Amino acid sequence: MANIKTLAKREEEQVRFGWGHALCAGCGIPIVVRTVLNSIKEPVVVANATGCLEVATTLYPYTAWNVPWVHTAFENAAATISGVETAYRALKKKGKVDGEIRFVAFGGDGGTYDIGLQALSGALERGHRFLYVCYDNEAYMNTGIQRSSATPLGAAATTEPPGKESFGKHRHRKDLTQIVAGHHIPYVAQASISHWQDLSRKVERAVSKEGPSFINVMSTCFRGWRHEAKFTTEIARLAVEARFWPLYEIDEGEWRLNYVPEEPIAVRDWLKLQGRFSHLFRPEEKKDVLAQIQAEIDRGWEELLARCKVAPTV
Amino acid sequence: MATRASEQLRVLTGHQAVAEAMRQIEPDVVAAYPITPQSEIMHYFAEFVANGKVRTELITVESEHSAMSACVGASVAGARTMTATASQGLALMIEIVYIASAMRCPIVMAIANRALSGPINIHCDHSDAMLGRDAGVAQLFAEDAQEAYDFMIMAQRIAEHPSVLLPVWVNLDGFTLTHTADVVELLEDELVKEFVGEYKPRYPLLDVDHPTTQGPFALPEYYFELKRQQVDAMESVPQVLLEVQAEFARLSGREYQGFFEPYYLDDAEYVIVVMGSTAGTTKEAVDTLRARGEKVGLLKLWLFRPFPREEIAAALEGKRAVAVLDRALSLGNYGPLYLEVSSALYEAQRRPRLYNYTYGLGGRDTTAKQLEAVFMQIQEKTFGKEMHYIDLRE
Ligand SMILES: Cc1ncc(C[n+]2csc(CCOP(=O)(O)OP(=O)(O)O)c2C)c(N)n1
Ligand code: SF4
Ligand SMILES: [Mg+2]
Repeated sequence: MANIKTLAKREEEQVRFGWGHALCAGCGIPIVVRTVLNSIKEPVVVANATGCLEVATTLYPYTAWNVPWVHTAFENAAATISGVETAYRALKKKGKVDGEIRFVAFGGDGGTYDIGLQALSGALERGHRFLYVCYDNEAYMNTGIQRSSATPLGAAATTEPPGKESFGKHRHRKDLTQIVAGHHIPYVAQASISHWQDLSRKVERAVSKEGPSFINVMSTCFRGWRHEAKFTTEIARLAVEARFWPLYEIDEGEWRLNYVPEEPIAVRDWLKLQGRFSHLFRPEEKKDVLAQIQAEIDRGWEELLARCKVAPTV
Repeated sequence: MATRASEQLRVLTGHQAVAEAMRQIEPDVVAAYPITPQSEIMHYFAEFVANGKVRTELITVESEHSAMSACVGASVAGARTMTATASQGLALMIEIVYIASAMRCPIVMAIANRALSGPINIHCDHSDAMLGRDAGVAQLFAEDAQEAYDFMIMAQRIAEHPSVLLPVWVNLDGFTLTHTADVVELLEDELVKEFVGEYKPRYPLLDVDHPTTQGPFALPEYYFELKRQQVDAMESVPQVLLEVQAEFARLSGREYQGFFEPYYLDDAEYVIVVMGSTAGTTKEAVDTLRARGEKVGLLKLWLFRPFPREEIAAALEGKRAVAVLDRALSLGNYGPLYLEVSSALYEAQRRPRLYNYTYGLGGRDTTAKQLEAVFMQIQEKTFGKEMHYIDLRE
């Protein structure tokens, strides 16, 4: 497993991502991208869905990418990388390219849970050898913090704002990791920017697989979540501690829970730190909504425990 | 050097003719999704893959949107890439067709023309092709299976020409051409391979030693210039087409000199302009009327995009009257082809009277008799300038 020194050394040898990107200072996305790219030894080719990552890193004529990178549209990163990966196999067969290449697609929650779900499902079912990384910041951030199906119950979003008749998003989030698990691909995992070593190990496992792999990474957006930028990784860590975002993996069908909080925090304490939930506490506390959120977390955790072998890696 | 003796005569449907061309070209990657009347092209091609007749990697995607996206991915990666679709499939692709053009992907696409919904219909018209009118794809229309086959092969060279690098659509009328058998002369496999040559991409994404960023975000400072490059690419198509046609003629003996086929056009006073299989029916009407001494002729358009403005204007200038036959609507105005032809004629000194007919929507049959009637109607100076409909119950 790569330790921090290995990752740093790899970045010294080849900066794969970084120069002059325009992601907000304090954004979680660059942590995802750098950890993913530095955890892969082989040359990498990246496909990117439209979203914050794409617009903030490729403002023509500049680029923050030092690996081959392609973007076509919002809903089709998985289909695009399917084509790239297939071209690689076709050309390799004809001796026109050689060497090992790993293929990684990055998409936000909007580009993955919502508009890109079909393309993702298709690519997974077809069995292309690629890693799909969803950086899940729980809303369409690039276009103005609109709700996605990853936006949690009770969060404020510009398309589902709190108001006299509303407490914000009125539905629980979709469980994409388990939807992907239903494809029975070699490797599926959930990770967080707060546990980079766990993420790094998961990336190594993922790209070692002959077929498709998927990692859903919790990536905070301080602007949309409304917390101070310096708490980026801390908020992500507390999401794990609250069991809101369990770290687990499904490796060749074996479900493994990678982290069990010793003393889980109540979700209430996590929500309170974020402006997007402030209406749940003011003017008075919306106890029923908070209870619903906690109940859903407890239900999800029990379900996961029943399925998983507890195999702490962090 | 190739001779016609090396060709083989076969009785093939349009589907088979296109699939044979694809087999001979043997692209690196094909991504496609089934839709009537395109499906059989892919059935035949999938058989070729299954039996090792081609080494192509076939991506059986879950939608046309993904088909086009995978094609762009494969093309930028550096692979020779093809697809085929129709109607709703093309409508679903169109977002990515614009992107394919902007990313300068030389993807050859067979379009088995079919009416767009709604109502849903599976038969031919050109409404699907019109989706690509402004997309930055070169568009050829075939009259018969032979042309469809020949155009597929020529399209490869046009698309990949260094000054073009754009998608090329080969349109063939759904059912009329795709599902009916005709005698088709196939070239020898090796000759086709030699003719299309090897695809040498300039900036393949898979060149990991020279990383490229493809499909970036371009704001007002650059977007406009990037679009202008597409304009230049489009404008270089006609010259490239002529060169490719000349080379193809040497190979096959089949002469496609120019952007349209004139049929008794030179001395004609009354002309029909039409694309696709109805050109064949129009030829029948012309033959009948010519036998009666009527000075009628046909301009069968092969190249719809880029639109050969000057050549069309020159060919129609001085005619007494011209009927432009549209197999698609541009709801809210005259038909798309009429608008193109009339704007091309704007600069002409001796403009013919120009009429617009809509025909064959949703697969309605158009007969030679009806086209004879068109030739007679446009001879009347008082004939109305409103849109005319062939064989429509009002
Ligand atoms: C077909 C299409 N619909 C809508 C958009 C507008 N759009 C661009 S990015 C985006 C939201 C992206 O959200 P997400 O995937 O979560 O990424 P983030 O912005 O959070 O990084 C939207 C709605 C688009 N580009 N294309
Ligand atoms: S808006 Fe949010 S997700 Fe987008 S760059 Fe800024 S912090 Fe990152
Ligand atoms: Mg998002």
